[in-house]
Amino acid sequence: MSIVLDRLRGRFPADVVSTHSDFGDDTALVRRERIVEILAFLRDDPELLFDFAMDLTGVDYLGEEPRFEVVYHLYSLEKKRRVRIKVRLHEDDPVIDTAVPVWPGIDWYEREAWDMYGIVFRGHPNLKRILLYEAFEGHPLRKDYPKAKRQPTIGPEE
Amino acid sequence: MAEPVDITAKGGTPDLQAEPMLINIGPSHPATHATLRFQAKLDGETILDLVPEFGYLHRGFEKESEASTWTQVVPYTDRLNYVSPLMNNVGYAMAVEKLCGIEITERCKYVRVIISELSRIIDHMVCIGTNMVDLGALTNFWYFWKPREEVYFLIEELCGQRLTTSYTRIGGAMADLPEGWTDRVLAVCRGVIPECIADVNALLTKNRIFIERTMGVGPISAKDAVALGFTGPCLRAAGVPLDLRKDETYLVYDRFDFDVPVGEAGDTCDRYMVRMEEMRQSLRIIEQAIAKLPGGPINIDDPRFILPGKEQVYGNIEALMNHFKFIMEGVKVPAGEVYSATEAANGELGFYIVSRGGGGPYKIKVRPPCFPLFQGIPHLVKGQMIADLIATLGSVNIIAGELDR
Repeated sequence: MSIVLDRLRGRFPADVVSTHSDFGDDTALVRRERIVEILAFLRDDPELLFDFAMDLTGVDYLGEEPRFEVVYHLYSLEKKRRVRIKVRLHEDDPVIDTAVPVWPGIDWYEREAWDMYGIVFRGHPNLKRILLYEAFEGHPLRKDYPKAKRQPTIGPEE
Repeated sequence: MAEPVDITAKGGTPDLQAEPMLINIGPSHPATHATLRFQAKLDGETILDLVPEFGYLHRGFEKESEASTWTQVVPYTDRLNYVSPLMNNVGYAMAVEKLCGIEITERCKYVRVIISELSRIIDHMVCIGTNMVDLGALTNFWYFWKPREEVYFLIEELCGQRLTTSYTRIGGAMADLPEGWTDRVLAVCRGVIPECIADVNALLTKNRIFIERTMGVGPISAKDAVALGFTGPCLRAAGVPLDLRKDETYLVYDRFDFDVPVGEAGDTCDRYMVRMEEMRQSLRIIEQAIAKLPGGPINIDDPRFILPGKEQVYGNIEALMNHFKFIMEGVKVPAGEVYSATEAANGELGFYIVSRGGGGPYKIKVRPPCFPLFQGIPHLVKGQMIADLIATLGSVNIIAGELDR
């Protein structure tokens, strides 16, 4: 197993649900309760130093339980490593703590995940829609949102 | 009624006791180059606060991809960064190939390097050229348009299209290089591009007006740039030598000799300098890649991924059925998830792909390099003049196609 996943398991044995390194991408599925602590550990641990939050997105596994997944992609400038952290969220409570205090650059990614999947980032400074407009109904990247559905395009609210 | 100026307002300190003015820039404005919009809070000409907005070009790339086959997504990737579409084609194909465990042929790797570097050069030319138009230096724009046009002729010859290239396929490319194409690439890379770079260099780099408009304008520290997720020339201009071609070498970049230029201040001038040098380094890579370009097939020899040839489709029933299933159902990609990143002209272009074993993707997420850059714009320009916003925006090179997807 990779050093990143080893250290993560060692530090948070109860929170790491599963890990894999399929296709060479280190991946850890963790519980959502201590996500900010886990991300801060990944950023600050001298062996890991994941200083880049490269990407964040949601995935909708409609029909599975829990339904939603939040996926973080991190990169370490010094160690030249990547890791993927995943968190599963239930459909009736798609809420997770925001990672903006850890990486300010993750702000818009979280807004996009809210916009597209309706995942709520608790404590986010400005959780508004980002690609779509405020009056838009629904979250279009959810699997139960029909691709052909049309909504009136109106300007942003002032 | 507007509130009186708050002295502790974020960003600059007002020098006049006046009411701040809210001004709207865009979404259709010549200096935004794309459908971008800003709401600026100004004190005189000083930017107190800036709220960027986008989404006017959102086309639902990710939703559309989920209903397409793997190969049908390739044309959609052209429309991400439409200034260097070949690079998006390469990035996407590499992500799917990682999922399939495909090792593409040596020739294909070299071809992908050559087309990526050509795209990087024209992308930087557009960025610098339009940035200079905003600063009133139209000549540089035309000096860069000529070589760009020459490169477009090469791209047209390569894949029949200038803009919507769709050149790569899973496991190879649409077609092999045309006869004598590499010689014409070399002729452009030796005869046209260096001269134009030298002309623009002579016009700008020591030009006092240019220096005063760009030096110290829109600066960012290395630490802030990392925290905001900057990549590409904007990060390197801040002094962080992150280049995936070196640090996470892919294709055959480890076989070439090239340098990664870095700046110091992370300001508009440094971003310009970094881009100018990157174009010269890309020329070096192209020279070496063409010199070493191996022969052999461009596509892998695997009927699971590569369409059967025309003569076979018309000649035997198995190939015809195979062709039909390919087009209607798509290639079969194993279940799993990958994240694959390449160094595009603007920074890290990442594809996160989830497959459930079908003929098309279950989920595709693009990590466009512009997204964090656009997010960082307020950080770059707060406290500076409104004219500096225009200079900075051009040098950061926001492409709405990949920003909005």
